[in-house]
Amino acid sequence: MSEFVRNIRLWFAPEQVRDEGGTPDYRFSLANERTFLAWLRTALALIGGGFAVDQFLPDLRWAWRVGLALALLGAGVLCSLRAVNHWVRCERAIRRGEDLPASRFPALLSLVVAVVAVVMVVVVLVGWEG
Amino acid sequence: MTDGPGPAVRDPGLQPERTRLAWRRTTLSASVAAVLAVKTALHGGLSAAGIIACALCCGLWLGFLRVAHHRIRALAAGGPPPALAPRLATAAVLCAMALALCAAVLVV
Repeated sequence: MSEFVRNIRLWFAPEQVRDEGGTPDYRFSLANERTFLAWLRTALALIGGGFAVDQFLPDLRWAWRVGLALALLGAGVLCSLRAVNHWVRCERAIRRGEDLPASRFPALLSLVVAVVAVVMVVVVLVGWEG
Repeated sequence: MTDGPGPAVRDPGLQPERTRLAWRRTTLSASVAAVLAVKTALHGGLSAAGIIACALCCGLWLGFLRVAHHRIRALAAGGPPPALAPRLATAAVLCAMALALCAAVLVV
């Protein structure tokens, strides 16, 4: 838990990240930045999907529509939080010359997206008239 | 690498350019999300709450644009670019999260 709090402090403090280890080849930092941006795009797409469920499935029952939209929005928030946290951890590992952190988040996210997609198909086919 | 900025020190892997384009793509994603947000906010006709939500989403989009523009300018300056400041990364993520929060309020 304290490790997580320390990471959060690093989100806001560039000089503290720079204190760790040596300055790496800038190409490694840029590759890490592009990975961060790819995760941020994923988060924005999930948020857009939340809006889209609300807008383009108006005939769905209220509970299903809001539930699916909130699931997608929640996944988007988690994804963006994870994006910055993973970026900080990778940046620190690169500077210290350690191995990059392993993560089970991608597997978790794909499971959540798969479940939401299956639920959406079932709900649209079965409960169309609400 | 000691000649100073300019074509002489151009990275053959085009890393700064690729990173700049990644920021552009991310700005595009944010724009799509913002357009959907404005559509949702103004869906049920004009109301005070709808207009406030719309203004908030536009403000968040502008905030994201500002962060991206700042970073794109730094990357386009030539020479080995400085590393991304965590503050910028956090600001971009906060914009996305605030947009999701607006979405949750609008949907419910």
